[in-house]
Amino acid sequence: MMALVRAENITKIYGAVTARSKEDVTSGAVATRALNAVSFEIEPSSFVSFVGPSGSGKTTLLNLIGCLDKPTEGKLEVAGVDVLHLSMRQSASFRGNNLGFIFQDFNLIPVLTVHENVEYPLLMVQNVPGGQRRERIFAMLEAVGMVDQKDKYPDQLSGGQKQRVAIARALVANPKLVLADEPTANLDHKTAFLVLSFMKKLRDELETTFIFSTHDQKIVGEAEIIYSLEDGELTGKQVKAGKENA
Amino acid sequence: MLNLFKIAVRNLLRYKRRTLLTASLISLGVVFVLLFVSVTGSFKSMMIGQMTDSMLGHLQVHRKGYLAAIDNLPLNLNLKTPSYRKLEKILSQRPEVESYSPRIKFGGMFSTFVETTNIRLNGVYPDLELKTVPLLASRVTDGADDGTLNKGEIWVPELMAKSMKLSVGDTVVIVATNQDGSVNGKQFGVSGVLESVTGPGGRDGYIHIEDAMDVLRMSEMEVSEIAIRLKDFGRLHAFTEDLSALLAGERNNQGKPLFEVHNWESLSPFYNIARLIDIMTFFIKLMLIAVVLISIMNVMIMAVYERIREIGTIAAIGTLPGKILSLFVLEGLSLGFLGVVTGNILGYFIIAVLNASKISFNFGRQTGLVLSANIDWMDMLTISVIVILISVVASLQPALKASKMDPINALRHV
Repeated sequence: MMALVRAENITKIYGAVTARSKEDVTSGAVATRALNAVSFEIEPSSFVSFVGPSGSGKTTLLNLIGCLDKPTEGKLEVAGVDVLHLSMRQSASFRGNNLGFIFQDFNLIPVLTVHENVEYPLLMVQNVPGGQRRERIFAMLEAVGMVDQKDKYPDQLSGGQKQRVAIARALVANPKLVLADEPTANLDHKTAFLVLSFMKKLRDELETTFIFSTHDQKIVGEAEIIYSLEDGELTGKQVKAGKENA
Repeated sequence: MLNLFKIAVRNLLRYKRRTLLTASLISLGVVFVLLFVSVTGSFKSMMIGQMTDSMLGHLQVHRKGYLAAIDNLPLNLNLKTPSYRKLEKILSQRPEVESYSPRIKFGGMFSTFVETTNIRLNGVYPDLELKTVPLLASRVTDGADDGTLNKGEIWVPELMAKSMKLSVGDTVVIVATNQDGSVNGKQFGVSGVLESVTGPGGRDGYIHIEDAMDVLRMSEMEVSEIAIRLKDFGRLHAFTEDLSALLAGERNNQGKPLFEVHNWESLSPFYNIARLIDIMTFFIKLMLIAVVLISIMNVMIMAVYERIREIGTIAAIGTLPGKILSLFVLEGLSLGFLGVVTGNILGYFIIAVLNASKISFNFGRQTGLVLSANIDWMDMLTISVIVILISVVASLQPALKASKMDPINALRHV
């Protein structure tokens, strides 16, 4: 099976490559190697987690996979596309058609209702026609159990409800891959497990690949494939029983 | 676009007080500009109306060189009969012309048998003159205010009547020298006293044109000028150009141009005041542009700064930079539109109140002129278009900044 994400020796360095003066050091211009020659492959319909302490490079890696940033070195393919050479506009278009995002702080648009937040990617990114749009929004809101709350604004929802809306928004556009950076960091454990169970359920139903990052060991166990990161390097891969072929 | 507009309006409503304050500022600017434009505009058109409708006419045709020597009222620069007939034929065929009035202008001695002074006179056909300058009749403060000026009658300027203690019914003598140097005199009965108006010819007396020919011993009519009134004053410049071009081909025996055409702007010093009003209006509009530009730019810069994470989110989920740009431009546009609509309604209401209160003012010797502030729909439209365009321009820089924002940096923003 063709890998959905293929990374070969990807390295990400922030700032200047070498320090030329004392000011460079104090100003933070000195090179920071956030990722160092990381290679991995992720198959479609996987439920993958990148785990590691703060500063290990999880967010950087997710940003690279999500075409929000580009690696300094290496090769990265997402959904069969070499994302290194995409322009800003092409990246935006690629994200809109292939990727979904779930953020730690939910990042719902405060002036839009639940329904409108979920509708946003269909309307503003994919230009899906009205009838089809309504069907997909309803199905997604039903899947995350938010149909009753569809006319509420984000500030009227609890953290868990907000994240369920964010999941619906990420999935409504039928992405090949959903990226979630610390999706449960702002939730209590009970809600966090509930949110993850929603993600898993939708993965099963829609066969969408989920990649999420976390530093919470209790949450990590929910993933089927776990990549460990430390100081920008991939230090291990755990595959749950029954997922060995992934 | 409609959906972007919906989001833009919701974003404006997010900060209601700020939106309200900015829209109020724009509205106030629009109201002040509308008031200024309507009041000065009505003052200007009233004054232009006074000049053109009570003495000058909309435009005048003279023999070439007459206007440069007009202070001397040179009889040798009058238009001879063939030239006048030619001009009359041209004017009678032009559909733009409402009416025209030939005038013989000359200077003479004015005597009451007790006192003698100088006078400038216009010899006119009363019916043609009143069609061409319809407010002339209203200047007759004493006597025949129905506009009848029969042969043997004279309308005397008010100041002269006062200083020489003249009243309607008195007999006076006019003595003038014709272009051959022969002197002639004629008795006239005062049939009206003419109120003065500011500007050239505002203190002239009037007699019948045939009396003028008698006094000047003209065997054939020679006219000093022809005053013309147009059906549509708005066509003044176009008609002046047309007529000038048409008459440019008319040459005298020496092959030199025969006629010169001047509209009221080159005949009256009030034109400079009118120009000054236009310049002031321009600067007032410039101030409005500055108010709109600064206030909308300020609001939009704040909006972008406050919503950096939100911009990062919509960019991350695939919103194209062009749509992000449109979203912020639409916000500025909506704000400007709100200000314009409110400003126009308020302005229209205030102008109506101003007109209903019948404010009067004086201009020169004219007193009790009632201010009638009229706002032209074209002015309203122009001001609205300016504000809306400036709103877009003011939003462009913040909108561009938002559209070019790096999603990662935007998402990291606290």
